[in-house]
Amino acid sequence: MPASKEVNPPMREQSSNGTPRVGVYVCHCGTNIAGIVDVHAVAEYAAGLPGVIVSREYKYMCSDPGQELIQQDIRDHRLERIVVASCSPLLHEHTFRHATAEGGLNPYYFQMVNIRENVSWVNEDPRAATQKAKDLVRAAVARVAFHKALERKQVPIHPDVLVVGGGIAGIHAALTLANAGKKVYLVEREPTIGGHMAMFDKTFPTLDCAACILTPKMSAVKTHRNITLWTYSEVTQVDGYVGNYTVKVKRKPRYIDESLCVGCLACIEACTFKTARFPDEFNQGLSKRKPVYIPFPQATPQVVLFDPESCLQLKSGKCKQSCAEACDRKAVNFRQTAEFEEIAVGTIILATGFQTFDASRLPYYGYGIYPNVYTALEVERLINASGPTGGEVTLRDGRKPKTVGIIHCVGSRDEKTNRWCSRVCCMYSLKLAHLVKEHTDATIYNFYIDMRTPGKGYEEFYDKLLKEGVHFIRGRVAEVTDWARTPDEEGRLMVRVEDTLVGTVRRIPLDMVVLAVGLEPRADSQDVRRLFNISCSTEGFFLERHPKLAPVSTFTDGIFIAGACQGPRDIPDAVAQAGAAAAEAMALIDVGHVELEPNTAYIVEEECSGCKSCVPLCPYTAITFNEDKKKASINEAVCKGCGTCVAACPSGSIRQNLFEDEEIFSEIQGLLAPEPTRV
Amino acid sequence: MGGERVNTQAKGSPDTAPADAWEPRIVAFFCNWCTYTAADLAGVSRMRHAPNVRIIRVMCSGRVDPQFILDAFAKGADGVLIGGCHIGDCHYVEGNYKTIRRVQMLRRVLHDMGIEDDRFRLEWISASEGEKVKLVINDMVTRIRALGPLGLPQHVRDWDAELESLEHAVTADAKEVGTHVG
Repeated sequence: MPASKEVNPPMREQSSNGTPRVGVYVCHCGTNIAGIVDVHAVAEYAAGLPGVIVSREYKYMCSDPGQELIQQDIRDHRLERIVVASCSPLLHEHTFRHATAEGGLNPYYFQMVNIRENVSWVNEDPRAATQKAKDLVRAAVARVAFHKALERKQVPIHPDVLVVGGGIAGIHAALTLANAGKKVYLVEREPTIGGHMAMFDKTFPTLDCAACILTPKMSAVKTHRNITLWTYSEVTQVDGYVGNYTVKVKRKPRYIDESLCVGCLACIEACTFKTARFPDEFNQGLSKRKPVYIPFPQATPQVVLFDPESCLQLKSGKCKQSCAEACDRKAVNFRQTAEFEEIAVGTIILATGFQTFDASRLPYYGYGIYPNVYTALEVERLINASGPTGGEVTLRDGRKPKTVGIIHCVGSRDEKTNRWCSRVCCMYSLKLAHLVKEHTDATIYNFYIDMRTPGKGYEEFYDKLLKEGVHFIRGRVAEVTDWARTPDEEGRLMVRVEDTLVGTVRRIPLDMVVLAVGLEPRADSQDVRRLFNISCSTEGFFLERHPKLAPVSTFTDGIFIAGACQGPRDIPDAVAQAGAAAAEAMALIDVGHVELEPNTAYIVEEECSGCKSCVPLCPYTAITFNEDKKKASINEAVCKGCGTCVAACPSGSIRQNLFEDEEIFSEIQGLLAPEPTRV
Repeated sequence: MGGERVNTQAKGSPDTAPADAWEPRIVAFFCNWCTYTAADLAGVSRMRHAPNVRIIRVMCSGRVDPQFILDAFAKGADGVLIGGCHIGDCHYVEGNYKTIRRVQMLRRVLHDMGIEDDRFRLEWISASEGEKVKLVINDMVTRIRALGPLGLPQHVRDWDAELESLEHAVTADAKEVGTHVG
């Protein structure tokens, strides 16, 4: 570790004009900053700024020795304010405030200057970047003089947790927390938990039966005394802040009293519709169900529901209601309406999952045009023993396919649709190749761009498939048609593809085409993110606080994300993330309280004219008007520190901690201080 | 000689100019949750852009007091940029609506002061729109470069001098009037 370079010998005593004694630290960040910004020049420049007692440059300010440097200087040179010019405050403000506090100063006597994300990483001209860094440091030195000592406010954390989404990630997070003794509300939109994993037959690369490993966890959720499970329910409103959220949940009517239904399914048997004639959502529409149904045999909870769109009684009120008669528990209730529950929780885990790419968006692959073009999820259901065909892989006309082609990257790695790699499709395509071959002994082709099999045992699984005699053709399929050239091709699907390893265009006749559809954010992910006040990345997946160091946290404290709602991932990764999110939530709960940033607004009563213009501005109704004193007053516990009332107050009597007017004015002044020389 | 060296250095980067040339100085107020995060994203993604913008972080664009903007111009900024969350996305529910209202009113004031529209800009940039930070900054710099320096501090000094001379004239008149009366 190279020693820090001190630019200005700390000879100055208390700055005579009464300005506080400032220490400035300019970070190299290895070459991240120093590669563009002349950090030495910046530190030297800072040394000459009013009030600056010490100015140093150092390789890594966030390292232990870097922080120690600040603490030592505070003690040795009686520093009163600290400025660190390094990376984004969103990354290390906390670190340096802590270091400032360790040195014996109030942590808010600190100001951070972002010369990495805002300077060296976005500017390439060293001279301009160095000038910009100097301007920013000058502004911070000007600002920090006005900083005040502040205290963080502590609020208690409600120990209960809300988990949204009952797929494998939500299930795992809920169970982890419940096993640790925390009360969990698990809210699932569908009538059953289990998510996409419940639809799969086997899981890669171990070929474990998905139901065998999932259903015990589903039952554990249902029976756990610490878990309140609300299926067929949606969160409609979220208020509050970390530790103290109030959440409204809408429980959609099943037209069944959930507490009475035992899942005997007698009502389904008795339904006026003697045959099932409505598309079964769980089986991807490959089979039919009745208006009263249970999504799949292991559905959790084991409670039936009525589909208001197809039930005769619910649609017309003119049904003999044989279902209700058949129910000896008298659980059927056609007058049921949506119910709203209001719960208080301290933390929230979002595990809302993904949707698969809609293959009909790519008409040249023939999905929805040719009956024997399937999506991977449909084939999962075909293979599944409890699926529409009882585990027989058959075409829509009942024939067994002799040749099957799996097209990779449908709606992934594609400039026209989704640019990202969906991460799981190569592996699930290999798995489907294996399973379809096992079920039908068909000849299988995989059409791939690149085979991506990173993961424990994944590459080995690929090797296994190569040895099993599955064909691999490297190239993006151009089109799927039914255009036969020879009698042999009649009635079959023709795949046209460039085999890039051989260098020829091939036409391959197939009986069945499987589209390996990619993973997408859910269609309503934007609504959900607004509801929970979090952000989405460009593609629409929920945005993590930091891609590497805070992968399950969001920018809203107390709200965590797990599973494929954050980006495409496989089951082991989703489970790992769910565990991480549960641990993050527990870390908050077990401390028992949370410290809030002291950036709240306050009123200087003597200056308040009582004009009331601030009162209606506050979105949290934190401002009230005291009729006796004729003054406004702010409830600090409710204020979230946006500062909009501060900007609006005509008499300037509302102030905001950390963003005081004089702090911002001095920052502006500092940024613009020397007038540029004119040509 | 020295000037030549600087010129060679600057070659190839269109957003830079010789050391002695005028460079637009833009003060930006970015909200913590969306636009500041987007600027960070632009950094992490190494989206190079013009180095003329100096960012001040506030919690919400609703905190931006119109006086901050006037002050920035008065202190020598050639442009002011406000960045906030998209409408409907405000971390504080509706702070950005208040920003719109204030900006609309302030525009009139700035217009009356002779400050061109392109010098003052409000943009909604979400946390994922690093690219937009780059585009907005580059576009703004190009437009302001075309407008040239604003030089409001000099104007303010000129106005002050004008007022002072007027004051002198008035007091002189008053004295004259006084002598007449006396």
